[in-house]
Amino acid sequence: MSILEIKNIKANIGEKNILKGLNLSLEKGKVHAIMGPNGAGKSTLSKTIVGHYDVDVTGGDILLRGESILEMEPEERALEGIFLSFQHPVEIPGVSNAYFLRTAVNAKRVHEGKEELNAAEFLREMKKTAETLGMKPEMISRSLNEGFSGGEKKRNEILQMQMLHPDVILLDEIDSGLDIDALRAVSEGINAMKDGERTFLVITHYSRILDYIEPDYIHVLKDGQIVHTGGPELVAQLEEKGYESIGAAG
Amino acid sequence: MAQEELNQAVSGEYTLGFEIDIEQDTVPPGLDEGVIAFISRKKDEPQWMLDLRLKAFAKWQQMEEPHWGHLDYTPIDYQSISYFSAPKQAPESLDEVDPKILEAYSKLGIPLEEQKQLQGIAVDAVVDSVSVKTTFSKELEAKGIIFCSISEAIRDYPELIQKYMFSVVPMTDNYFAALNSAVFTDGTFVYIPPNTRCPMELSTYFRINALNTGQFERTLIVADTGSYVSYNEGCSAPTRDENQLHAAVVELIAMDDAEIKYSTIQNWYPGDENGKGGIYNFVTKRGICETNAKISWTQVETGSAITWKYPSCILKGDNSVGEFYSVAVTTLAQQADTGTKMIHLGKNTSSTIISKGISAMKGQNTYRGLVKIGAHAEGARNYSECDSLLIGDRCGAHTFPYLESKDPHGQVEHEATTSKISDEQLFYLRQRGIGEEDAVSMIVHGFCKDVFTQLPMEYAVEAKALLELTLEGSVG
Repeated sequence: MSILEIKNIKANIGEKNILKGLNLSLEKGKVHAIMGPNGAGKSTLSKTIVGHYDVDVTGGDILLRGESILEMEPEERALEGIFLSFQHPVEIPGVSNAYFLRTAVNAKRVHEGKEELNAAEFLREMKKTAETLGMKPEMISRSLNEGFSGGEKKRNEILQMQMLHPDVILLDEIDSGLDIDALRAVSEGINAMKDGERTFLVITHYSRILDYIEPDYIHVLKDGQIVHTGGPELVAQLEEKGYESIGAAG
Repeated sequence: MAQEELNQAVSGEYTLGFEIDIEQDTVPPGLDEGVIAFISRKKDEPQWMLDLRLKAFAKWQQMEEPHWGHLDYTPIDYQSISYFSAPKQAPESLDEVDPKILEAYSKLGIPLEEQKQLQGIAVDAVVDSVSVKTTFSKELEAKGIIFCSISEAIRDYPELIQKYMFSVVPMTDNYFAALNSAVFTDGTFVYIPPNTRCPMELSTYFRINALNTGQFERTLIVADTGSYVSYNEGCSAPTRDENQLHAAVVELIAMDDAEIKYSTIQNWYPGDENGKGGIYNFVTKRGICETNAKISWTQVETGSAITWKYPSCILKGDNSVGEFYSVAVTTLAQQADTGTKMIHLGKNTSSTIISKGISAMKGQNTYRGLVKIGAHAEGARNYSECDSLLIGDRCGAHTFPYLESKDPHGQVEHEATTSKISDEQLFYLRQRGIGEEDAVSMIVHGFCKDVFTQLPMEYAVEAKALLELTLEGSVG
């Protein structure tokens, strides 16, 4: 059963046409990986799904659980369960990590008709989760992403993912700039979220992360289209022979 | 003005000349010696106070309205203003109050009884401000603390008033201070005896006559040797006033080892989107610090059409400390020209300036600050940080930091930033399910955090809510 269906999507960034009739179906509970060379449109794809202001959709549709999300505001898409781990998480001075995340978690809970968590309940949960990701306790009270190292920012993205319980998780270059310890912590954090219900879309240029997060499907993105879909065995082929070895769009 | 007239005025001979019936509740628009004598009579003042008022009036008439502020407004016609009006007839119940104001009250979380009080409606005996005040007054009296209206103080503590009023802000300090000196109608007086810590936050809220004193308010706070007081002025509730011109004066005196913390929330009517209506707020606030003393100004300014205000510290004594923490918001068509002056005279004096300006819609926000280091101020230090945040592209932020140093070793650090709420920041928060308006207020709160943490707790909560309300609808 597919949870997210991308149908013949065409999208521009500025004047430039980036996605050229892209089709992709994400199967519920599976891990999909998108691989492709630089400039293929990988980041544009994730931006299109979350409704980023840079992207101008000119054709096609995106369905979440069968319903189009193209007209939805970014926050509505988030509340419906789409989460993007940003490649470059932005810094917001003066806003504590805990305050920010509690606001987000409670917005989602209210949307789901649940009661809001009070500060104490929330903090207990956040501390516990941060600890499993190997984050220092002070990261909780520090300003959101401000002065965080690359690894700390990525761990913080995973922390948010775990606290928000999303259904569809987009990971944009999650492994970029991570040392081996951070990579392991981040991967474990992601793997802990695999439960056969959640769906992952791992967007990556390098295959390294796929040694840690085992994908069910590999999609090759070239020049704004998915040109090939295969199983995990495709990773080795791409490693060995490069993206040129995969056939042209058709 | 001819010298003869001046002498007459100063000597108070005009006192006999006034013709306004003392039984009247208002005087007709216009300002002359008769009006001033009327105000003084209404306040039951001694002759010396009237003499001082008339002296100030004579000086004021020779002065010119300053126009160096980065402000644009229609000229003020001082003869069209009424300088004394009795309290307005209070509504009988909240049903008679403008629903918009009630809506703002509820968004700010102001309790019902307090709403009534703000509107001047008689409240139940239990929460009656008079009884609350009585309770507190006893506690204060036991410590020898004086906390009363300035009119009472002029009658009851003339020696203190004569000694300290005009000692920090001379009556001729500037045009608006001179006007205030001539026509002030009420305000607050606080005296803290030596080595006494005032046991509670002093707020105008607990002051009788808190209403209708806003137009030409005069406040004097004296903290004697080794004492401490925290004073809060204003509140977040939207305040409408028929009087367009406001010119307040606040004087603070911190004697050796004393500390005064002065917090303000100002939310006067800002006028509309086209700049119509709204209060013109021209304020002079200054404090003097003796040896080891400390004065800390914290202000959250969200109201008024025009704000002209520079709470300042004269660091006269060695090792004295001055602080200025400010959040100024201009939205609609508001204009603010605000900042501080830190005058370092004593040795090892230090000052900190943290100014946060937020501009939205057509708001224009100017920081103007002076750090002056005197020739004998060895070891003086200043740190200034002026940050501006722009929301939208029709608003403006301006920074004018001035530095005058006569001591080559003075340490002065100045940092200034201007930023826009970035689309990226907004998008990040929205991708986490936080709505656009909430996302903006979260970023704005973050921006103001260093100032809000300086406010007394309850006040900080009010300030946050006020900021949200002020910026509501200013995005997009």
